Amino acid sequence: MEAERVLCRLADIPPGEGRTFEVGGERIAVFHTRAGGVFATAADCPHKAGPMADGLVGGTTVTCPLHERVYDLRSGKELSGECDIAVYPVRLSADGQVVMPAPVAAVAG
Amino acid sequence: MAKRKLVVIGNGMAGARAVEEVLARGGAKLFDITMFGDEPYGNYNRILLSNILSGIQDASEIFLNPLDWYAENGITLHAGSPVTEVDRFARVVQAANGVRAGYDVLLIATGSRAFIPPIPGIFLGERRLKPGVFGFRTIDDCEGIAAAAGEGRKAAVIGGGLLGLEAARGLLQHGCEVHVIHLAGHLMEQQLDTQGGAILRRTMEGMGIQVHVGTSTGQVLGEERVTGLAFKDGTVLDCELVVVAAGIRPNSEIGLRAGLTVERAIVVDNHMRSVDDMNIYVVGECAQHRGRVYGLVAPLWDQAKVFAEHVTESNRDAAYHGSKLATKLKVMGVELASMGVTEPSEERDEVIQFSEPRRGTYKKLIVRDGRLIGGILMGDISKAAYLMQAFDRDSPLPEERLSLLFDLGAPPQKVTLDEMPAEAQVCNCNGVSKAAIGQCVAGGNRTLAAVMNATRAGKGCGSCKGLVSDLVAWFAGGEVEEDPSVHWYVPGIPLRKPELIEAIREKELKSVSAVFRELGGGIEDANAKPALASLLAVVWKGDHVAEPDARFINERIHANIQKDGTFSVVPPMPGGATTPAELRRIAEVAERFNVPLVKLTGGQRIDLLGVRKEDLPAVWAALGTVSGHAYGKTFRTCKACVGTEFCRFGLGDSIALARKIEDRFKGIDSPHKMKLATTGCPRNCSEALIKDVGFVAVGDGKWEIYVGGAGGSHVRKGDLLCTVASHEEALLLGGRFMQYYREEAKYKERTYTWIERVGIERVRAVVVEDSEGIAARLDAAMQESVDAYVDPWSELIKQRETTRFASLIPAGE
Repeated sequence: MEAERVLCRLADIPPGEGRTFEVGGERIAVFHTRAGGVFATAADCPHKAGPMADGLVGGTTVTCPLHERVYDLRSGKELSGECDIAVYPVRLSADGQVVMPAPVAAVAG
Repeated sequence: MAKRKLVVIGNGMAGARAVEEVLARGGAKLFDITMFGDEPYGNYNRILLSNILSGIQDASEIFLNPLDWYAENGITLHAGSPVTEVDRFARVVQAANGVRAGYDVLLIATGSRAFIPPIPGIFLGERRLKPGVFGFRTIDDCEGIAAAAGEGRKAAVIGGGLLGLEAARGLLQHGCEVHVIHLAGHLMEQQLDTQGGAILRRTMEGMGIQVHVGTSTGQVLGEERVTGLAFKDGTVLDCELVVVAAGIRPNSEIGLRAGLTVERAIVVDNHMRSVDDMNIYVVGECAQHRGRVYGLVAPLWDQAKVFAEHVTESNRDAAYHGSKLATKLKVMGVELASMGVTEPSEERDEVIQFSEPRRGTYKKLIVRDGRLIGGILMGDISKAAYLMQAFDRDSPLPEERLSLLFDLGAPPQKVTLDEMPAEAQVCNCNGVSKAAIGQCVAGGNRTLAAVMNATRAGKGCGSCKGLVSDLVAWFAGGEVEEDPSVHWYVPGIPLRKPELIEAIREKELKSVSAVFRELGGGIEDANAKPALASLLAVVWKGDHVAEPDARFINERIHANIQKDGTFSVVPPMPGGATTPAELRRIAEVAERFNVPLVKLTGGQRIDLLGVRKEDLPAVWAALGTVSGHAYGKTFRTCKACVGTEFCRFGLGDSIALARKIEDRFKGIDSPHKMKLATTGCPRNCSEALIKDVGFVAVGDGKWEIYVGGAGGSHVRKGDLLCTVASHEEALLLGGRFMQYYREEAKYKERTYTWIERVGIERVRAVVVEDSEGIAARLDAAMQESVDAYVDPWSELIKQRETTRFASLIPAGE
């Protein structure tokens, strides 16, 4: 079992926003919700490759900026069930770092 | 002051009514009036011509204004002398009899004439009808027909519209054997659908009229005079008399000869003024307003009034906005009321129908979004008054549709939704069927919003939303949950916009997160965030806490996201005017950052497309201008024509006004984007008539302000809000309108949708006439918003936030 990988400090992502990270050759969108949670999805919308990190976050959903597909950040499910997005396990460390297990593995989608 | 000269071409109902309206507004003191008419009479009520033919009335009884009237009012009448030339440069008209008259204001009211289809044999010699063939349009026509008709004579009427059936009635009274020949598949196709036409036909035949529908006349037979008609199907009808009632044609030739824009008729603006010449007005059947030509009398009265108010300056803002056509008539004793369309045209249209052919009763209503858009009542028109009023006022109809047709109660019945097949597609954008909506409702979704979210139905163009809503109610049966959220400003916060503004003020909520915390039970909704951010900017005018995550990406980084995740940058260019230095700077930026596409926008600006997110701060710095705001739900830009600076037609300095407008209103948040334009004359080169707010120079330093125009997926000519006398007043009234819109409209509701919802009359009352006493407050609120403006580019460059513009961040750095 390899060690966890630190992506960034939580403070690097303003509350309610997302950023796109490069992790081991993969592009991953990481979100910092206003409630203080962290979530990660594939960087591109499965519908038409919109940049998810530029989306609108509300509660635990993110809305793609191009065609308004809405995904649940926890499960990756699209609101209407049209297409689902891959989600990745991330967590917040005690010292305020966003960390994810390596190697990167999608758990859904 | 010397009196001005008003010349009226046309002495029919339109011309005479217009002059009466002018006189009623003190016009006799303002104008010397001269009228020219084709016919050698005073004017008469053409609607009653059929009574002359039927012998119910005498010709003398239908005169509206006898010749004395002209003399009493000091009007010079040249009857029987049609005008042949208009010299617009010398402002002189010339009549066939050689009379010339100079004018300051010219009114064209030449009306229309009977359309005589070019059937072989219809004419004897050049343009002279073969003896026995008559039009049905003038007193002379009626007298000719009456003289030729008689007991046992065979008569044919070509045309089964309203006029043709009136003629048939008259001929029947004279004892003729009457045949109605109609090209279309059913009678009165302007007012009736197929079924209604068939029922009317049965009723007509019951009275002894022989009806030939779908029949095309190939030739008028007879050497010296009519002996019969030969039809294209090879059959022949012997007859001694033919009345042609195949419709009317506007007499717009005088407009063509004068070089005015003529399409189906002479094209006019909302003041009933020719779009080409400010001194020429047109009313009646020879006028084309917003693409429509009216052949009924009610619109004519409205037009004459607008003309009179405008020309006498008793109300320079008087504007005609088109008429909704509703008529009540009696065809051969059959009572008929008809309004609007005869057939549904959209999927969401609802049809309510009742038919009892044996008794000649037929009722049909077409309802869209709970409002009546068309109707036919035949045989029993007891509900006509109520329905015509509902149609005219666009008022909501009761849910119990059956009561629209009958006064008696009856068991409710569902027609359209019941009959709709399960596989029928309801939402074409997202391919959702009736059955899919049914399954969704069965799965526990009991509100429109829940079903729309779950199925995407109604989330494309939105045109099927009404039908989706009906289907949800239908499938849910008695269990439908009323969805109160449709009235709220955002879902999740149970307040309408004014209540929400009140609560935000009272609790001093200055950030979107605070609004969710205090009013939304702490539940955050992604869709609601931009709507609330926009509202906070309107309420607090800069004195609020900006939270970038509440904004759509475009407004977070002040550029427009493209399909590949890059952005477009549009530097400001007020009025579309630029300089070589500015162009050079833009060109240098485009080269330096390898901008893939440089394109002109519809707003007369330059778009740099395909800029990478990380390059945005450097691009802005290099451009060295403020933001062009081409991306947000804000004031966008104000385009302009050349105006007075170089254009030889310019009446007002449109570029200077556009610059002032853009400088004042740049970046102002609003419910949706606001696109503006100024144009230096009514030629409208900058398309100001189809903008959210458009300013049209009309001379003497005056500007007309048009609002609620649209030229996108929806096309709509703006409504005239008012006329102002200076740039300052234009900025004030335009600003007040925008502030009222900012405060009242729903989020993402464009001005044209909002205006249609609340009505231009109300907007004008509040904004221009200050009916609610809030004008000063609106002006002050707009001024505060203007004062609070900060250029977002300069702010963002200053922030230097580490990751805002990064499109990819290496992990762990």
